[in-house]
Amino acid sequence: MSLVASSAAAWTAPVIDYHALAPEIVLAVGLSVVLLVDLFTAERNKWLLSVLTGFTLLGATLPVLTLAIHDDSVRSLFEGRYVVDEFSLVMKGLFLLAGYVIVLLSSAYVEEGDYWRGEYWFLLLTSLLGMVMMSSSRDLVSVFVALEFLSIPAYMLAAWRKRDLRSNEAGVKYFLLGVFASAVMLYGMSLLYGVANSTLLVDIGESIDLDGDFAAVQALAVVFVVVGFAFKVSAVPFHTWAPDTYEGAPTPVTAFLSVASKAAGFIALVVVLLTAFPAGRDVWQPFVWVLSALTMTIGNVFALRQTNLVRMIAYSSVSQGGFVLMPLAVAGGAAGDAALRAVVVYLVVYAATNLGMFGVILAVSRKTRSSDIASLGGLFSYAPALGVLLTIFLASLAGIPPLGGWIGKFAAFQALLTDATPWAYVLAVIGAVNSVIAFGYYGNVMREVWMRPVPHGDNTPIVTPSSLQIALGITAVATLVLGILPGVVLHFGDIANLVGAFGG
Amino acid sequence: MPEPTTLSYLIVAALLFVIGTVGVMVRRNPLIMFMCIELMLNAVNLSFVALARELTDIDGQSIVFFVLVVAAAEVVVGLGIIVAIMRNRTSLTADDMAELKG
Repeated sequence: MSLVASSAAAWTAPVIDYHALAPEIVLAVGLSVVLLVDLFTAERNKWLLSVLTGFTLLGATLPVLTLAIHDDSVRSLFEGRYVVDEFSLVMKGLFLLAGYVIVLLSSAYVEEGDYWRGEYWFLLLTSLLGMVMMSSSRDLVSVFVALEFLSIPAYMLAAWRKRDLRSNEAGVKYFLLGVFASAVMLYGMSLLYGVANSTLLVDIGESIDLDGDFAAVQALAVVFVVVGFAFKVSAVPFHTWAPDTYEGAPTPVTAFLSVASKAAGFIALVVVLLTAFPAGRDVWQPFVWVLSALTMTIGNVFALRQTNLVRMIAYSSVSQGGFVLMPLAVAGGAAGDAALRAVVVYLVVYAATNLGMFGVILAVSRKTRSSDIASLGGLFSYAPALGVLLTIFLASLAGIPPLGGWIGKFAAFQALLTDATPWAYVLAVIGAVNSVIAFGYYGNVMREVWMRPVPHGDNTPIVTPSSLQIALGITAVATLVLGILPGVVLHFGDIANLVGAFGG
Repeated sequence: MPEPTTLSYLIVAALLFVIGTVGVMVRRNPLIMFMCIELMLNAVNLSFVALARELTDIDGQSIVFFVLVVAAAEVVVGLGIIVAIMRNRTSLTADDMAELKG
């Protein structure tokens, strides 16, 4: 009791920097408005909701821009528990724009499908709010709350088509493994708290000492936390939920999970590894090394065997996660900031390309009503624009210059080569071999599109709704520009120095 | 009977956590798996409270409230999804859920 009383006496209201919190406030107000408007609109006016959601996301992007332009000093709230630095602004911008593209991708799908529309947009915005919070969280509590904030709506979104058994299965698998991962991560966090006597990541970073008395407990805590995040980013061997969830969930939700939710997991991983565990490098570097090598290889090998396009993309997205982990395996060594930059660049490029990929899949499946790779046969002959776009996105995922994916892979390999240790070179070789293997299944889809005959000779053209066209336009331009003018995205990486990383 | 120390609470927490983890891996009914996950979360709570008492620090106790609230939200969502499955099929084991594989 005395503990509670003494803390209560010392309490003063924290000073809140409303400008720094503006993106979150806009999102929170916007999602409440969406929920209210959904209650009071007639069924035929529900299209308003997608428009409102889009404007909320664009509205939340404005304060991100003003914060980026205003001054380059770091805004630290709640004694450093919530930090708005350049890294977090870049990631917030990425989440909000990716969210906007997902709204464009899903509006036609949700309108036509007779689903529960109002809640869809509400849950999407809630999950995005969690992601935006995640980019600023620098404390065990805020990391945990942001992680659950973004995950819990995503479980519901995965099970969205509730009369469809496959969607149910996607939801329950994602849910059980996601909650299990949170519990493992939390146990690691409780041990960290006990060791550091603080929940602030920077404080934990200062008190971790693998030569001290509690070395074993600390190593265990680091491993538990990394395992928890490994589930989130579907790193092998913690990836088993990903293909099933991606295949069973509604396709726009799959796009959301494979891009935004995954990027949020990586951000949490990066922030925790670099600010809380710099001294625990000897424990997590080999662990991340193994995760990265396994994730790239197993993801690729399984992707080669798939006949279902969405499932193939799911395994390809697992394998792409391995490439994001690659620079992290050398983070903090000689590579320094190059590793962090590579992660940011890869996530930006991957978001643009993968969202475009799902845009094409959504457009084509409107006609074919199938997600088999064979259903893409002869796509170029009757829908040349979609055929070309699909080829661009596939080539970018495969890392062919001058497309965006190439610059992501380039940055990742550059970080490894800067580190210049034998283990980094071995990982670079594994990465290079996997890039070649990936051509196998990306090339297979391209062959269907360009060379195979049209199934059943059905040459009717595809009608693409305008929202999908805009989404495809945005992602295609982003993929091309990021590849042709890599300076743009490398600049993002340059300014994205993480405050507090390695005690700096 | 010796007086319980912080260490004994931590050992109990670790045991509960291990029981929960094994349960998730061994049991095949999603409801039981979910109960085992709740057990793991409560092990975490016990561990936080014991450490907060040992460190005479309030932060560890306040985290427990966050964990409790999040766990409650997870129960609502999880049971919702499980009920949706039960409406579509009569029995429920994780092995039956094999519509998606490959």
